[in-house]
Amino acid sequence: MQVLAQGRGELIQPPDLEAFREWNRTQKSRRLVDKVMSEHDAVSRFVSDGCYIGTELYGTVRCPMSLTREVIRQRKKDLRVLGQGVLELDLWIGAGLVKKIDLTYVGFEVFGTSSAFRRAVESGQIETCVEWSNGAITWRIKAAAMGVPFIATRAMLGSDTFEYSAAKIVTDPFTGMRVCLLPALILDVALIHVHRTDRFGNAQIDGITGFAFEMARASKRVIVSAEEIIPTAEIRRFPERTIIPYYLVDAVVHAPFGSHPGEMAYCYDRDDVVYREWIAASQTAEGAQAYLDKYIYNIPDHRAYLDLIGEARLNELVARRERRNA
Amino acid sequence: MPDQPYSKSELMICIAARLFQDGTTAFIGTGIPMLAAMLAIKTRAPSVVPIFEFGGTGAIFEKLPNMVGGARTFHQAIAASGICDIMETAQRGFIDYGFIGGAQIDPYGNLNSTTIGDHDRPRARLPGSGGGNDVGSLCWKTVAIMQHDKRRFVPQVDFITTPGYLTGPGARERAGLPRDSGPVNVVSTLALMDFDPTTRRMRLLATHPGVTVDEVVANTGFELLLADKVGVNEPPSAEELRLLREEIDPEKLYR
Repeated sequence: MQVLAQGRGELIQPPDLEAFREWNRTQKSRRLVDKVMSEHDAVSRFVSDGCYIGTELYGTVRCPMSLTREVIRQRKKDLRVLGQGVLELDLWIGAGLVKKIDLTYVGFEVFGTSSAFRRAVESGQIETCVEWSNGAITWRIKAAAMGVPFIATRAMLGSDTFEYSAAKIVTDPFTGMRVCLLPALILDVALIHVHRTDRFGNAQIDGITGFAFEMARASKRVIVSAEEIIPTAEIRRFPERTIIPYYLVDAVVHAPFGSHPGEMAYCYDRDDVVYREWIAASQTAEGAQAYLDKYIYNIPDHRAYLDLIGEARLNELVARRERRNA
Repeated sequence: MPDQPYSKSELMICIAARLFQDGTTAFIGTGIPMLAAMLAIKTRAPSVVPIFEFGGTGAIFEKLPNMVGGARTFHQAIAASGICDIMETAQRGFIDYGFIGGAQIDPYGNLNSTTIGDHDRPRARLPGSGGGNDVGSLCWKTVAIMQHDKRRFVPQVDFITTPGYLTGPGARERAGLPRDSGPVNVVSTLALMDFDPTTRRMRLLATHPGVTVDEVVANTGFELLLADKVGVNEPPSAEELRLLREEIDPEKLYR
């Protein structure tokens, strides 16, 4: 297979498929072990300085925000990240924790571009941004989930997104077509927020599944946070709802309102007040620091965070949620 | 347009909404495309199937989707899947239209949403591709919706985040992109454009009401081709404006 072109971006996390198989054989228990622990213990055990980390879905939607805040509280540094981020990644960037990004998107959708991200890139605090499309970054973890070294796509071709990626363009040996090859991406650790799980980590998600299915299977460590912890008997009643089976999971954290200020489908709406407070505060480094102090550094844990937001506010978000038809 | 009873954004949304073809699938990017899709479905294209990148297919819009992964993108939908399913659906040729925005566009419809200036030492760092590159690569027809000024309509984008016709006729195919795909329209705050089938360069089709051809040309940083007969777009109807203001965007996020 002839390589016709290759992106100039760094392959931040080169995949080692044999090592991944060996890891999955030796480091992941097949036993039903109770994995419920605090967000402090989960993050201190499984997130290390310099690790390659990803979050799912994204900052304002079903996002593991309580775990995101705990990573900041514990000042994990030199993170290399899968950069599909809205608020969660922005907080890490604002806290100065991020060194390298496989980037697809960092911004606030309708609320515009990220000041913290701009500062960090323009100042060189973030050492490298390797560009990918949303499809491409997800197919990379899909390849890892498949246990193969790469996956082919017809996206990325002809663009500078390819030119600044770590992908390669080849002639397909079967059809003779030009295709873009995306290297598998095996994460060190994934943080995923779900609607419910049992104590072992059998996890269910309502609504769209984003890239939770793929990311859970592409990661060496998986921390699941959940709105609700339910009995395994409930999981077994509806096995088709299990998106993430327990053996992929290393820690289970009970986190009601764990996606706040993001939304959780059918549970609670996005909290635009706290969301926009960050967007406004992060216009300056000092403002960002003040926000991080208020909502993270000066708060011991997620429970205290919810106290700070207040029950009235949380109830309002519940009342505003999207509902299924009766 | 100082004396018009509608804003530039409202006008742009209405013109974009009229491009939706009933009975087609449409990939909806974040922001203005969401308003255009909702208006289209409530007016002339009720059976458009809106598709959102993180898994929402065929939602019924009661409230304006405000995030591409939000619950409103799969409200009473026909399917709630994930990003692989959606991007693969586009890659198989099932998504007819893609509606997206961008910070810069060039005469060939290439879009930039990554960096202004050099990539590694940018003057401005923008969000990145998101699903933009996938939409512009894999949907059959792409429509870009943008503000119209010389800083945005440039001879050459600083970074091709999302491929248009690249360097001209045949370039997409030579790059390996799917045959017969590419940008078909650009809707701006001033006008509606398409792409000349021979040169693949952007062409002025119709100005918005109250806007002259000279004004459009003066606000475009490259030589804009002119259609044989440049038309004038119909202004928003009272019903379009009512829907936009009362049902689609009562919070005035986009006014």
